[in-house]
Amino acid sequence: MKHPVRSLLPAILGLALLAAAPAARAADTLAAGQPFPVLKDFALEGTLPELAGAKVVIVDFWASWCAPCKASFPVYDQLQKDFGAKGVHIIAVNVDQNDKQMVAFLKKQPVSFSVVRDAQSKLVAQVKVPTMPTSFVIDAKGIVRFVHTGFHGDETRKRYVEEINQLLQEAP
Amino acid sequence: MSHRRLHCAGLALAALAALAGLTGCTTVQPWERGNLADATMRPDRDPLQASMTEHIYFSREASSGGRGVGGGGCGCN
Repeated sequence: MKHPVRSLLPAILGLALLAAAPAARAADTLAAGQPFPVLKDFALEGTLPELAGAKVVIVDFWASWCAPCKASFPVYDQLQKDFGAKGVHIIAVNVDQNDKQMVAFLKKQPVSFSVVRDAQSKLVAQVKVPTMPTSFVIDAKGIVRFVHTGFHGDETRKRYVEEINQLLQEAP
Repeated sequence: MSHRRLHCAGLALAALAALAGLTGCTTVQPWERGNLADATMRPDRDPLQASMTEHIYFSREASSGGRGVGGGGCGCN
């Protein structure tokens, strides 16, 4: 006599696979507490700053077609000017498919922080940003401490200032 | 239900689940939405056109709404 559960086993396996797929995707997003990938390993276009000795690094993923991304640039520019001398580096990683769009935007909005382009989309795929823009605040040991999904004006700016000050106090 | 029927039902369900995974559907990642973010991909790019279309659908089909789907836009924030 066949066991009823064994009869339904193919269906149970199929449904379990379908249900697991979204969960597996969600689990890939880089979270606080995890080490950030080494930027030099990703053949990013542009010049990376020297990060040896950096106390805080903010890596922001942006695109020229993303309005909140562009709105965040004046804030990042001011943060870089205010905290750059204290060992804070801001790196904006562009994910435009076409670098002309990035160049055109930067001509209108020149900035004092580093801008590089992830032309092959390998870094952004590894980090798996959940939305645009997404930024990662990284401490002196290369560990992600805070993740910002989206940009919400002054509220986000204040959080950045608090987090930078916190990490600067912790840094050796 | 006999075991044979149960087994057939289970196989049919598994086949459906497998077919669902083989469809042409794909997930657009947040950083790949450059084309979707283009102004021409927005269903509400022309408010007057959108209003006229809504009126036509209501007049001819007695239906309204249902325009929030499609996936256009940058999906930011």
